[in-house]
Amino acid sequence: MKFLEVKGLSKKFDGQTALDKVSLSLEKGELLCLLGPSGCGKTTLLRIIAGLETADRGEVWLEGREATFLPPARRNFGIVFQSYALFPNMTVRQNVLFGLAQNKTLDRAERERKADEALEMVDLGPHRHKYPNQLSGGQQQRTALARAIAVSPAALLLDEPLSALDAKVRARLRGEICRLQRAMGLSTIMVTHDQEEAITMADRIVVMNNAVVEQIGSPRAIYEQPATPFVAGFIGAMNFYSQAGGLCAVRPEKLEIDRQPRDAESLSARIGWVEFRGASTRVYARLAQDGSEICVDLPTERADQLTIRENDRVYISVAARHVNRYPAAA
Amino acid sequence: MALNLGKKAKLLNLPQLAVMITLLAALAIILAGPLACLFSKAFMDNGGGFVGLDNYRRYFGTPALAGSIFNTLDISLVSAFFSLCLALAYAYALTRTNIRGKTFFKYAALAPIFIPTIVHALGLIYLFGRQGLITALGFKLEIYGRTGIILSEIIYTFPQAFLMFHVALETADNRLYEAADSLGCSPATKFLKITLPGLKYTLVNVFFVCFTLAFTDFGAPKVLGGSYNVLATDIYKQIAGQFNMNMGAVVGTLLLVPALISFLAGGLAEDRSTLTAKSTRLRIKPGPGRDAFFFIFCVLMTLALAALVLSLLVGAFTTRYPYNLAPTLDNFKFNISTGGLASYFNSLKMSGLTALFGALFVFIYAYMMEKARGLPWPKKAGRLLAVVPLALPGLVVGISFIFFFNSPANPLNFIYGTLAILVLSNILHYFSVPFLTATGALKKLDREIESVAESLNIPKWKTFLQISVPLSWPALLEIAMYFFVNSMVTVSAVVFLYSPGFKIASIAITHMEEAGDFAQAAAMSLLILGLNLLVRLAYELAVWLNRHLFLKRKGLP
Ligand SMILES: Nc1ncnc2c1ncn2[C@@H]1O[C@H](COP(=O)(O)OP(=O)(O)O)[C@@H](O)[C@H]1O
Ligand SMILES: [Mg+2]
Repeated sequence: MKFLEVKGLSKKFDGQTALDKVSLSLEKGELLCLLGPSGCGKTTLLRIIAGLETADRGEVWLEGREATFLPPARRNFGIVFQSYALFPNMTVRQNVLFGLAQNKTLDRAERERKADEALEMVDLGPHRHKYPNQLSGGQQQRTALARAIAVSPAALLLDEPLSALDAKVRARLRGEICRLQRAMGLSTIMVTHDQEEAITMADRIVVMNNAVVEQIGSPRAIYEQPATPFVAGFIGAMNFYSQAGGLCAVRPEKLEIDRQPRDAESLSARIGWVEFRGASTRVYARLAQDGSEICVDLPTERADQLTIRENDRVYISVAARHVNRYPAAA
Repeated sequence: MALNLGKKAKLLNLPQLAVMITLLAALAIILAGPLACLFSKAFMDNGGGFVGLDNYRRYFGTPALAGSIFNTLDISLVSAFFSLCLALAYAYALTRTNIRGKTFFKYAALAPIFIPTIVHALGLIYLFGRQGLITALGFKLEIYGRTGIILSEIIYTFPQAFLMFHVALETADNRLYEAADSLGCSPATKFLKITLPGLKYTLVNVFFVCFTLAFTDFGAPKVLGGSYNVLATDIYKQIAGQFNMNMGAVVGTLLLVPALISFLAGGLAEDRSTLTAKSTRLRIKPGPGRDAFFFIFCVLMTLALAALVLSLLVGAFTTRYPYNLAPTLDNFKFNISTGGLASYFNSLKMSGLTALFGALFVFIYAYMMEKARGLPWPKKAGRLLAVVPLALPGLVVGISFIFFFNSPANPLNFIYGTLAILVLSNILHYFSVPFLTATGALKKLDREIESVAESLNIPKWKTFLQISVPLSWPALLEIAMYFFVNSMVTVSAVVFLYSPGFKIASIAITHMEEAGDFAQAAAMSLLILGLNLLVRLAYELAVWLNRHLFLKRKGLP
């Protein structure tokens, strides 16, 4: 039995479609990422799952029971919002306790113990008497996280939890959220528009665009076999070209560069410019056959070996299994 | 389908819905009920039979009455024009020049807000009347009639106009001025080509606001009008003098016309200029000549306003101005016949209750419109309903309340003639501005706080009391102060609703003035002014303390 199932959700705001027949499922203990450009309906989907918004059509099932119209409080989700939505007039600890106060089965001492435990878990122990506006962005984010996990939720819903933070903090918190999620075995849905975040953290990714689900799959599957041109273009770098009436896509690192043609399929090209990126080197080249631009990622060692320069003539080849083919757009 | 609806109902938060409906119904009843009565009365005869436009025909057929329309238009246009010019210059001085004493000038400009409009007129009599302080200097001005009313309306509308211009002039797109400088534009060119066009919506709005205020004001024409009739005094004479309710209702509907026009024109005057993120505080360049000019202007304006208050002081603290100037406190021993000191405490009670219940009602109302989950249509209706009182002159509120609550068929008839109806009329009369203040304050709070609380199963009232209210203290205090100050000075709405057993201070002043007790009227005005200033001071102090004792400690702005 799936922990959570969403079946054919549709939602319109003033005639504008925010979700169109969206279906997905969440396994117990899984970390699922909703990935897509901003405005594609991720937050709306999350809010419907949380019960904070009603869908026009479709169902939400929780542990085998229909929960489409269950009030948010009865769904027992811990939610972290994009803005964190901390209570600014309460300390970090009061923020956590305010949520716990609704649990009438716990006495005061137990609630305080649970709050402190949650704060320890996110390393906020020393800051628990500070007010939200006295904390850094990362600390505020962790306060929101502590408040969400303190109530022992059945699942965690995170809406772009890291998007407001700078790159360094983001990278560290990414690991922290993963560690916490694994340690507590929490089923989690995390919304993000950052593909790197989704690929590094998720067990499975749901790629959304324009209110519809484009593809659901493991990070590897999404990266290596993107189901649609949109997914192919949205995640990682991708070369597109037309061939035999269809659209082909191939990752830059799957392409090979040689001084001599490798096989009959190899294409002649002229080097545009070369970009050193550390471990890899990116080479931009122009195909002789139609002048289209193509980019190739080589291990820097290989690039050194080839000693390529601008305007050199080279041959580009790729193994057929690395080429993703799509029917031409109607 | 039925099953589905049943399930959907579970997601509907019933207590929330109940609160929403109660609030909307409450406002709708005290707003729409009286207005419906007003309009129906305008189309009925004394017996209650429908007579179509007969009342209007009769009104416009009576030259004396129809003449009032022209008089009212005349004084409103002229006073709005002068008020606009003076306020523009004053606000310009405080925002676009380097004069000293800006804070002082700002508060000085607001002084007229704290006294009843009737007192502006009284002050003018002290200054320009037959025994006026200025008349004694040999400067003669016929204060009774058109000139006096216009002057009084200018004083009344000046602070409002000034505040609107001040807000509009405070920020500006600095780059426009820099670009103009680099093109070598003269200051006059910059004013005409950049400043004024940027103000065009404000100019229209200020004009409408001033015009409407003057059009519907009762205080000044009551005191200074004499034989110069305007609509506001007509309505009073029809209702209180001749008990002609239907004719009163006709005039009442006429008073609504300017607000209606400005509402329709509001679509045009809405500010669509894009002064937003890129607008910065203007860097004011040195200009000694300009500063000197505007400083002198501000001093003169302040002196004019101060003269008004000063004349009250002279009147209140001398034995019998201008014949006996010996200082005395006797004028504070008020005659019982005109209301006595009891009227002052009655006012205090009424204003206190208005502030308390008004602030509570407005804040909860605004909270539901802003933070309730779902319910888009009730919210839309609620927001629309909340700004309607902006268009209602006090006189209209007053007479329509009589029509509505005095009807024996009305189950709420029992509040007629009590303190409750005064408080209710004040809350309705002054509802819109506090609503906008509360909405603005609530909009600043994170929208997702409500969602978090809901997902954590925290009841809505708890979120409201422990988060929204503490974070909105300054707005709440501001709202309470606004209700208090306005209730202390209002005459127009309550003049129809007070009962002889419960006279309030602003009404008492009109009676003292009618009885020729100018000195006592001045003394009472000073008491009102003093209390209002005290309340304002307490408000500023509370906000300051809140900021320094609580907000700073919590890292809040
Ligand atoms: N409460 C709302 N009212 C009207 N439109 C909304 C509302 N919430 C979201 N939308 C619209 O629905 C679309 C999807 O929004 P959202 O779910 O917030 O996207 P995302 O989180 O992927 O950026 C957007 O076009 C947005 O403007
Ligand atoms: Mg979003």
